Amino acid sequence: MLNYLLRRVLYAIPILLGVNLLTFALFFMVNTPDDMARIHLGAKHVTAEAIERWKSEHGYDKPLFFNTAAAGAEKVSDTLFVEKSLKLFVFDFGASDDGRDIAREIGQRMWPSLAIALPTFIVGLLAYVSFALLLVFFRGTALDTGGVILCVALMSISGLFYVIGGQYLMGKLWHWFPISGYQPGLDAWKFMVMPVLVSLIGGIGDSSRFYRALFLEEIGKDYVRTARAKGLSDLRVLFRHVLGNAMIPILTGVVVVIPRLFMGSLIIESFFGIPGLGSYTIDAIQAQDFAIVRSMVFLGSLLYIIGLMLTDISYTWADPRVRLE
Amino acid sequence: MSTLVVENLRVEIQAGARLLKPVDDVSFVIGANECVALLGESGCGKSMTALALMRLLPDGGRVASGSVRLDDEDVFALTEAAMGEVRGGRLAMIFQEPQSSLNPVMTVSDQINEALVAHRGLTGAAAASEEAVRLLEAVGLGREKLDAYPFQLSGGQRQRALIAMMLAGEPEVLIADEPTTALDVTVQAQILKLLKALQVQRGMGLLLITHDLDVASDMADRVAVMYAGQIVEWASRAALYTAPKHPYTQKLFAVLPRLDRRGERLDSLPGRVPGPDSAFTGCRFADRCPAVFERCRVETPSFHEATPGHWSRCHLAEPCSRDVGSTDAAQRNPGTLESIPRMPPATASGLTKCVLEVRDLAVHFPIRKGLLKRTVGHVKAVDGVSLQVAAGETLALVGESGCGKTTLARAILRLIEPTAGQVSLLGEPLANLRGEALRRKRSEMQIVFQDPFSSLNPRMKVGEILAEGMAAQSFLSVAARPARINDLLNQVGLPEDAVGRYPHEFSGGQRQRIAIARALAVEPKLLILDEPTSALDVSVQAQILNLLADLQKMHGLAYLFITHNLSVVSYLAHRVAVMRGGKIVESGMAETLLTRPQNAYTQLLLDSAPGKKALLPAE
Amino acid sequence: MLIKPVLLWSDALILLLLASVGLLVWLARNNDTFRAPWRQVMRSRMGSSTALILSVYIGIGLLDSLHYVERLPTPAGQPASQPAQYSGEVLSALDALLKPLRENVEKTYSAPFATHLYAKETVLGPNGRETRDYPRLQHGGAHLADPERDFWADVSERAGLGLLGGWVVWLLWRSWFGCRNGCQNSGARFGLPGGACSATGPPRRNFTLLVILLTIGALLALAPHYHVLGTDKVGQDVLYLSLKSIRTGLLIGSLTTLIMLPFALTLGIAAGYFGGRIDDAIQYLYTTLNSIPGVLLIAAAVLVVQVQIETHAELFETAAARSDVRLLALCAILGVTGWTGLARLLRAEALKLRELEFVQAARAFGVTDARILLRHLLPNVMHLVLITVVIDFSGLVLAEAVLSYVGVGVDPGMISFGNMINGARLELAREPVVWWQLAAAFVFMFVLVLAANLFADQVRDALDPKSKERA
Repeated sequence: MLNYLLRRVLYAIPILLGVNLLTFALFFMVNTPDDMARIHLGAKHVTAEAIERWKSEHGYDKPLFFNTAAAGAEKVSDTLFVEKSLKLFVFDFGASDDGRDIAREIGQRMWPSLAIALPTFIVGLLAYVSFALLLVFFRGTALDTGGVILCVALMSISGLFYVIGGQYLMGKLWHWFPISGYQPGLDAWKFMVMPVLVSLIGGIGDSSRFYRALFLEEIGKDYVRTARAKGLSDLRVLFRHVLGNAMIPILTGVVVVIPRLFMGSLIIESFFGIPGLGSYTIDAIQAQDFAIVRSMVFLGSLLYIIGLMLTDISYTWADPRVRLE
Repeated sequence: MSTLVVENLRVEIQAGARLLKPVDDVSFVIGANECVALLGESGCGKSMTALALMRLLPDGGRVASGSVRLDDEDVFALTEAAMGEVRGGRLAMIFQEPQSSLNPVMTVSDQINEALVAHRGLTGAAAASEEAVRLLEAVGLGREKLDAYPFQLSGGQRQRALIAMMLAGEPEVLIADEPTTALDVTVQAQILKLLKALQVQRGMGLLLITHDLDVASDMADRVAVMYAGQIVEWASRAALYTAPKHPYTQKLFAVLPRLDRRGERLDSLPGRVPGPDSAFTGCRFADRCPAVFERCRVETPSFHEATPGHWSRCHLAEPCSRDVGSTDAAQRNPGTLESIPRMPPATASGLTKCVLEVRDLAVHFPIRKGLLKRTVGHVKAVDGVSLQVAAGETLALVGESGCGKTTLARAILRLIEPTAGQVSLLGEPLANLRGEALRRKRSEMQIVFQDPFSSLNPRMKVGEILAEGMAAQSFLSVAARPARINDLLNQVGLPEDAVGRYPHEFSGGQRQRIAIARALAVEPKLLILDEPTSALDVSVQAQILNLLADLQKMHGLAYLFITHNLSVVSYLAHRVAVMRGGKIVESGMAETLLTRPQNAYTQLLLDSAPGKKALLPAE
Repeated sequence: MLIKPVLLWSDALILLLLASVGLLVWLARNNDTFRAPWRQVMRSRMGSSTALILSVYIGIGLLDSLHYVERLPTPAGQPASQPAQYSGEVLSALDALLKPLRENVEKTYSAPFATHLYAKETVLGPNGRETRDYPRLQHGGAHLADPERDFWADVSERAGLGLLGGWVVWLLWRSWFGCRNGCQNSGARFGLPGGACSATGPPRRNFTLLVILLTIGALLALAPHYHVLGTDKVGQDVLYLSLKSIRTGLLIGSLTTLIMLPFALTLGIAAGYFGGRIDDAIQYLYTTLNSIPGVLLIAAAVLVVQVQIETHAELFETAAARSDVRLLALCAILGVTGWTGLARLLRAEALKLRELEFVQAARAFGVTDARILLRHLLPNVMHLVLITVVIDFSGLVLAEAVLSYVGVGVDPGMISFGNMINGARLELAREPVVWWQLAAAFVFMFVLVLAANLFADQVRDALDPKSKERA
């Protein structure tokens, strides 16, 4: 197990390095710092001096990979790649283009993100799996057919409409919850309920249909026939045997996203005005703040890799055949 | 104990727009402490009958009519809840695939306890586990297997665990659906012995579903032969095996390859079992029956008692009709060395021309472990094998699953790289050949695989499949190939219009003919046959074995025949090599080896083959 | 020549896509294993009706892809021999057909079927006094003398005529192709296989067709005289916007796939078949790409493209060409980042196939790897590819809306569902609510995506051996 984890950590390094190289190439080589400066300064103020000034203010006035002007080790270390890209590895995210410390922002904003994403995730998983089990239990009946049609219809609606519709109905028309906003502390739940509800409804079609297909596949297997031949009730077969085996594919899709819950959801947070990492990211994209985008890309990849490791570990719990080696 | 009475059972399955009738008017009885074998080829409706008894028919399937009574209980009249009591309680069933029939994520004890809770009301952990241990011991598994997961058990152990689960409800009738088909012959013998012993000890009824005449003969008290959804013959074992009345049963005996039929052509049964969606007028077997006469085509034969206790569904077996003539088909030849017919000599050129020579061939797969995946050891799949095959000769390579015989075949063909040793084809060592030279050499050795379904590309027409090898070997000019393809189809007994059709339009036996034709297309000298008939029904097997014999005679082919089926070996092999654990433990002339084995393992294999009765307890 | 055809890059790619689909169909026309599943799809009621709906959408999208520019009238006094001047506005065949809709622009919002503007304006009354009132629309219902009196009569008359027209066309269609005697349908008439009339197939298709024809008939009768779906903030007809959005949605759904397929096919199959180092490298590649949050990767790439377009603005002659390139870039980015899912699927399948006996048999003949990949592996994974393509399509149409909302979708000036929603979502706060723009986008998208999803289900059932067993 320890060996396995160690190997996975070692394997993560080249992946993160690849991610870094990719973003570096996108943001520094395809798009030069000059382009960035031009965009931030706007068309009016573009002069060669203004660009240079902007670059040196934001630390973009270094060579990409190799600094001929520097001496010794600094030839390599005093470059954009090391300063802007490799430092991410030690969580040195630097400052955003408007001068704020990215690491501090992340530390503050991940909690509201988590406050929305975690309940959505847990309640969602339970709800979707239960709904799918319900459909499977009544497979072949009108309830099943109707449920599947409902799922397909629900998944044919753009997520934006769920948010807009939810805000309009629950916020504006019925005045159940504030339309948007957030405040920490005990009153937070008021602002949490609607985003969570909206995400739940938005996800039900896709997920329930997927889980239903998983369960149906398991039900067709020989061991289910054996269980039924033992005289077990349909319910017991479904919960003990089918669910137990379907956990393995379910975990594949589910565990990997857990670490990413910190990063929140772009759409939900921005629509509901949650000051989380999701809206932070979307603001950065809209403001073309590449420093933040780069940091979030790195953070996202890191969390994904952690998610992959957690997935493997969760297999050992769900599937006795898996031993991490 | 109780009797199970099945009367006029009909099963229908709605498959899309088609209505299938896999079981059509089946009646039989299983008495207390009796073993009944339901015998027939694949697609006869045996498994559907069993599933219908358990009320476990697949989605879309339903019992159209008929009744099943267990003593006085009408099984089909029970509510689903009450059926739960019967299922696994009074009526239990074990299945063919021990690999997939156990829940992979539950321990053996959990899976046994479930049944104990459901049927015996044993809830206390101690009482339940005590009983579970008792059950495991009854099927020959130790207490330590209690906490094992299915993947930690071998195939035979899994089947034992499954039996233990089904015994938990103390069933009055146990249904065993091909319980040993997926197992090796030695394990099969053990499981059959266990089933028979349990049946006798517990006074259970046992419904054994099988396609194997020898297994049925070892186990059954009475036998029902099924064909196209109906029972065509129903008799005591003794009566059926000495004087089968129905032509289908007679044919089943006649097509068996056996030691005493060496050198003869096998009797064959043309055609195939009609599908469950066919409509019938007259006798269902009429199209394939050697004794067919005009009445068979128009009048459906009734199921009648030909002689006391011996029922048959054939006009010929009706009282006061023409005598079928008892055949000696079922007479078994004990097979002493002297009585075995000699095989015809391999070819005129004699055994001198060595086609394949394998010397000390080894294939080792590395086992990697640890942080850096270092190689810590090797799996020795093939470990120093030497053998030779001459032109016109058949060398049978016999062994159980996992003994390395398939790896050996692939290593000979250089589909995997051997670790050590040498393979020479027509005197030329293959090891040094690379690239183009190796590709050229490949035309001299070809292979026919076991599974006729995965061995043909479903997206290619038969003509394209046959031409592929010729194209790869630049064999013949493009213009000459169509004629060659027609010639090949003729040789393997397929119509010429097969060229433009896709594999899925053919039956298993026909597909195997296509596979053989494909291998022959480049005129190989050596044909490796990797279990070429084990996925086929016995009647089709006979056709393919005959075809192989003809082709060998015609082309002087050398066969390396890989199989686990000893009766096939005894029928066609000139020489036999027995393989175990990657090594050849014994080899020699077939007649000698099969009658006077020197090696203990060979002896065990021979003794385990069904039809010997040697392993069963005295009755 | 009054017009000059313009071939945008996306048009060219659509032609390429059509040509390759046509080629595939032509190649497979006699191949039963390829044809049978499609026949099964088209025979099912769900399959044929969703295919019909999709083909209406595709037809609109194709009409909208025939682009041209109009020639500007030669200024008076100029010699006719001067090189012709063309307008900078790129139009399409659809624009030409929808000319009244395109040109009937109001000042700002107006509700569906409204005759008056949404907002009050200072109008000059008949008596010469200025009052604040809802002014009459310039086009919507402009022909009515007294809207309050004539409105319902006029609308019902026109709608009735339109519906009648649709119904008549439907009857004609039925009498020509229909299943009148129970043994003839379009298939039989054209000598196609599947001509045998099944009891359940055609009636539903007739029904779907009826609904479509009635809708078209009513719209044809009403749309030139009213804003059937209202107008947006700058007074454009919402029906026009909705119809124009279709092309954008379809393009994203199909071109992305076109770009993604080569990556997924080559990398996925190569990884599975060759294994070893090649497999390691490809797995590393897709794990790396997968590890980056999807939206961020797309956002990053789109931002870069955006900067490039802005810095090279001189390359684009028209606004249409510019937004076209941005759309293509979006498709390319979605394609390059989106191949990993299918590649993984194909890798697993190739891993399985390579051990299958027919591949081993081919290797025993010394058939080259390239040929094995082409003849044995590729045809046997095509069903997975097709299933993925149809399933991905609806997801991509939905993704466009979200990406456009985030600001990394299509060009803000381009008409698309995403931009329509984006422009309308804030207006829900108004009183009375401006709901029609959202509703129109919702309905048009929902019908498209639902049809695509249901069609995808049918295709999967027909092509996937596993789901067939289950059925």
